[in-house]
Amino acid sequence: MIDTSTMGLIQVEEDVKILPPNIIITTFDKIINWGRLSSLWPTTFGLACCAIEMMATGASHYDFDRFGIIFRGSPRQADCVIVAGTVTKKMAPVVRRVYDQIPEPRYVVAMGSCACTGGMFKTYSTVQGCDSFLPVDVYIPGCPPRPETLLEGMMMLQEKIRNEQARWSPWR
Amino acid sequence: MAVTEVRISLHAAGIAPKEIAEKIKEKFPDQVVDVAEFRDQVSVIVKRDQIVAMLRYLHDDPLLSFDHLQDLTAVDYLNKKDVRFEVVYNLYSIRFRHNIRIRAQVPDNDPKISSVVPIWAGANWHERECFDMFGIVFSGHPDLRRILMPEDWEGYPLRKDYPLKGFEFEKDWPGFTEVIKRSKELREFEWEG
Repeated sequence: MIDTSTMGLIQVEEDVKILPPNIIITTFDKIINWGRLSSLWPTTFGLACCAIEMMATGASHYDFDRFGIIFRGSPRQADCVIVAGTVTKKMAPVVRRVYDQIPEPRYVVAMGSCACTGGMFKTYSTVQGCDSFLPVDVYIPGCPPRPETLLEGMMMLQEKIRNEQARWSPWR
Repeated sequence: MAVTEVRISLHAAGIAPKEIAEKIKEKFPDQVVDVAEFRDQVSVIVKRDQIVAMLRYLHDDPLLSFDHLQDLTAVDYLNKKDVRFEVVYNLYSIRFRHNIRIRAQVPDNDPKISSVVPIWAGANWHERECFDMFGIVFSGHPDLRRILMPEDWEGYPLRKDYPLKGFEFEKDWPGFTEVIKRSKELREFEWEG
């Protein structure tokens, strides 16, 4: 155990120490998770009216970009997918294919009642919740959810990423 | 020239729908089954045998000139009427601004009717949807495939005897059940948090 008090190390928060003027000591988990959650790129994928609300959240008034959330046109360069809208059975293979193309570690946000449970469409053509074929991390209720709700959901996902241990790593 | 003269001689609202129904009755006396009226909307219920000739007449006659097919759909009257299906044509004349609704009876045991795509090209997708949802075959259609449901879907969802919530999982559309099964197989390869 090294006595840090004599070295001039200052603890600014848990697991983060600063040696003035410009050396910061922290854990891999902390800094990599911080990097991942600060540039969370969802793949552009809208299915129904929730997609309109998602676009509104991405636009200047609510401004997803201030959280580092930027929509990415290709699932291969994205971190998560927001399932925004009603998932029909015909669409389910396509949603699954988009998810399969996202590199690990990847996340799924089910946005709206339809993506969470099937919503009011308890019918022959609608999947009763996209969690039947996707591992959903965050469920956002609402029909459709307001942009604030979507922002809250994405912040919850960021909080989840912040507390993960070595999921980013091949030695996880 | 002839069109201009007709336009001047006609009232702006065109011909009253009841009069149009009378004209159809005169022209095809053995085809018209009934004329129904509800809130000033007149429906002419007809047999399916000469539906193309009748709609061709409504389209081509210079005084009627139904140049716009507003909608083409079907209704399932299971256990309510003797003839189970009715294919509904909502017609409108952009030139004279008058409407009429034609309902052609299609029996359950032989759900077939002639296509009206040669008259209104826009009927193409409407008839495909009608085939998709009710299983009514439009003979003479250039490309009669399912339009909304997957091509290997079984059954016709808008028929009244089709279960609203679909069939149980094993009998469901294979494209969907395969996704569910595959996602369960792939679950072990997910990176755990």
